Amino acid sequence: MSSTEHIVTSYEDELESLDKKIAQMGGLTENLVAQAVDALRTRDADLASNVIKDDAEIDKLEREIEDQAIIMIARRQPMALDLRQIMAAVKITSDLERIGDLGKNIAKRVLSIHHEKQPSQLVHGMRSMQSLALAQLKNVLDAYAERNTEKALSVWYADEEIDAIYNSLFRELLTYMMEDPRNIGLCTHLLFCAKNMERIGDHTTNIAETVHYLVLGSPIPAERPKGDKTTRMMVDPDDLESNS
Amino acid sequence: MNKMEAQTTATEAEKMQKAIVKDQSGALETRPAGNVKMSGQDVSVYYGEKQALFNVNLDILANSVTSLIGPSGCGKSTFLRCLNRMNDVIDICRVTGKITLDGDDIYNDKLDVVELRARVGMVFQKPNPFPKSIYDNIAYGPRIHGLTASRTELDELVESSLKKAGLWEEVKDRLTESGTGLSGGQQQRLCIARAIATKPDVILMDEPCSALDPIATATIEELIDELRQNYTIVIVTHSMQQAARVSQRTAFFHLGKIIEEGETSQIFTNPRNEKTQDYITGRYG
Repeated sequence: MSSTEHIVTSYEDELESLDKKIAQMGGLTENLVAQAVDALRTRDADLASNVIKDDAEIDKLEREIEDQAIIMIARRQPMALDLRQIMAAVKITSDLERIGDLGKNIAKRVLSIHHEKQPSQLVHGMRSMQSLALAQLKNVLDAYAERNTEKALSVWYADEEIDAIYNSLFRELLTYMMEDPRNIGLCTHLLFCAKNMERIGDHTTNIAETVHYLVLGSPIPAERPKGDKTTRMMVDPDDLESNS
Repeated sequence: MNKMEAQTTATEAEKMQKAIVKDQSGALETRPAGNVKMSGQDVSVYYGEKQALFNVNLDILANSVTSLIGPSGCGKSTFLRCLNRMNDVIDICRVTGKITLDGDDIYNDKLDVVELRARVGMVFQKPNPFPKSIYDNIAYGPRIHGLTASRTELDELVESSLKKAGLWEEVKDRLTESGTGLSGGQQQRLCIARAIATKPDVILMDEPCSALDPIATATIEELIDELRQNYTIVIVTHSMQQAARVSQRTAFFHLGKIIEEGETSQIFTNPRNEKTQDYITGRYG
């Protein structure tokens, strides 16, 4: 952040208000994902329904932030750090909105599977992924608020862990489905939930990149670690039989 | 790798190293890649006792637009006026250091200043056509420099200069009318045509649009972009947006020094110096 303030105080106020709205949207999104994850763990349909409603508030904030950013570009013709801040606001907002959608999607799936009998070991593997994804989201929002590139970078690198858990969950869920076709319905939903968490991790990583650009004016100077290997993953039924 | 190659590579590396230098005044500067048309080295300017410029180093690239920005009194116009020795007309003004045009020192005693000003033309803030006909405004320079041999040739030069300045279509039927009767934007384009008529290499512009409305400003900016193909342009402007729109390189002046110089796209999105950032974002206090 620059040490001095704008000569035009209303410009300063607008930038601050943009920042506050991002913080507010970030808080809501974090909360929504946490509740969606809770609802999935406890199979709580009421909580899930609330989550679905809450997403509308996030969408509304996204539109507000976008409108404000467009008006600021038109009126202020921002330069340098200000320009980067407004662009960052628009990008982060769009990532947060997507994260909200993915959280909402998990909640919707809770409504479909909350009556199902739940072999607890199935949901167990998702716990660590969920807590990691949530911690990542929290850290990246802190990194934004503090304009902390180191924190943003550590979030960026840590996404590989989420991908690794997702890879093993993918394999695990496939195995359960092969073991007993009655698991397929539940497991498919859980697979999508896991995929959603993995996508939340990706959007979190996007935000980390945006924070880096916002502060330093340059992209993260490294190749992004690509950890999701499930697109090339198959489980061979013969392997399954030979193991059992 | 043989010895020769090793040597060359070392020199290349050295060059790269030198590409980003901190000069004496501590300015951040990225040495431009390309043909240097004009170059200022350790330029200091004094008005009597008062020093207005401190060891300014700046390369101006051929066929590009360089904008000089900075708060009032920062020395940007002073530097611009050094480039065609306009400061000579101020008695108490003293210039030290070296300024070259195509490698030749323009402060050389043997140099003809009138000829220099034909090669390095100037356009001012307020359009200042001569109180003469549109034709004579353009023909004045070529006549005193003896650039044309016949009336036909002069007619052609007047026409081509007005065409290059994008004014021909508007004035071709009233060339005998007074230049002062044109609109502000037309007058400014007339002054640009007048500068072009002496076949310059470099055109200096000191806030050429500050007295013009947005449409006339856009016309001049479009013209600047076209002129860049054939001329080297240096523009002083108080409008950040204008500097961002028209120039390829930007130098930020503050208190008589260049604080930062570099590609315009970099200066306006990611300036390296905090003072530059404060100024271009309107935080300068």
